[in-house]
Amino acid sequence: MLAVATGAVLLAMGLALVRAWAGPTVFDRILALNAFGTKTVLLIAVIGFLSGRPDFLDLALVYALMNFIGVIAVLRFSKYGHFGDHDEGETI
Amino acid sequence: MKHTVGLILVLGGIWVLWSWHFTPLLLAFGVLSCACVLLIALRMRIVDEEGAPIHLPLRLFRYLPWLFWEIAKANIDVAVRILRPRLSISPRVIEVLASQRTDVGYVIYANSITLTPGTVSIHTEGDMISVHALTREAADGVLNGEMGRHVSRLESAK
Amino acid sequence: MGPIVGDLIVVAGSIFIVIGGIGLIRFPDFFTRMHAGGVTDTFGAGLVLTGLAIQAGMSLITVKLLLILLFLWLTSPTATHALANSALEAGLKPKLDRQEEAPSS
Repeated sequence: MLAVATGAVLLAMGLALVRAWAGPTVFDRILALNAFGTKTVLLIAVIGFLSGRPDFLDLALVYALMNFIGVIAVLRFSKYGHFGDHDEGETI
Repeated sequence: MKHTVGLILVLGGIWVLWSWHFTPLLLAFGVLSCACVLLIALRMRIVDEEGAPIHLPLRLFRYLPWLFWEIAKANIDVAVRILRPRLSISPRVIEVLASQRTDVGYVIYANSITLTPGTVSIHTEGDMISVHALTREAADGVLNGEMGRHVSRLESAK
Repeated sequence: MGPIVGDLIVVAGSIFIVIGGIGLIRFPDFFTRMHAGGVTDTFGAGLVLTGLAIQAGMSLITVKLLLILLFLWLTSPTATHALANSALEAGLKPKLDRQEEAPSS
């Protein structure tokens, strides 16, 4: 059963990649990236159970952290053209 | 002060739960990490009612079940609309008034709207939140203000 | 009993993840696609991680699964709002349904 779930998550990751490839705007691509990252977290968790190694969960958490920080960083960059070193008081 | 203590307890608890090793070396790493995070947070001056809302968790137990139920209903609705051969969506943008007193309440309200599929808060200005809704029903669900009342109750129960 | 129920919930969650993916492809513009992403982020992640937690039973693993879920549910609306707000400020206009403006049905 968990193998079915793994396949389904992989399929959904493929769909997200199609959207990232098709665009058309940069925001569609970031949205697809974000969805892809969430699915990666879930994929790692499911595979960890499938292979009987639940310590994979630590990796899943790291992916969740990186995904969030990554999306915010890419957004900042696509909005301001830099990572916001010099502008004070600006919020995303 | 109580916010600092609360933050230390939460950070320490999270370290212990994720590590679950009790060798002196790893515990020392934990203390060091928590100290670093605490110092940065203090330097950023975010250790207050907003950055460390230690008064919320107990009240959240009343709010979250209701929110989960709303999310479940909205999810099934959106999923059905995705699967229908003919897309039955009518996207619209609406404005709702957030009557919450505190910033924390405001953020919880806006994030609850976003967390519920079918509605996403896309812009905030003053007390008004612009919401992009996927359907008329989703828009009406926000406009009837039930979620706003629940969040207000969450923040006002002293 | 427990493991099978957990399995079923995980599979149900993965179905919602695929539905979210389909929505990501089918919906007509960026703002509607965000709602499809929301299905994956809330119900997909929620069901998969809850199902795994049921399988794991009462243990440290369950706590970790629920912490990951809590983290995803805290960050996903923040990321979605930041994304939508950036798109709006970049001048992207949501496609709106004009016919539905008039009172009907």
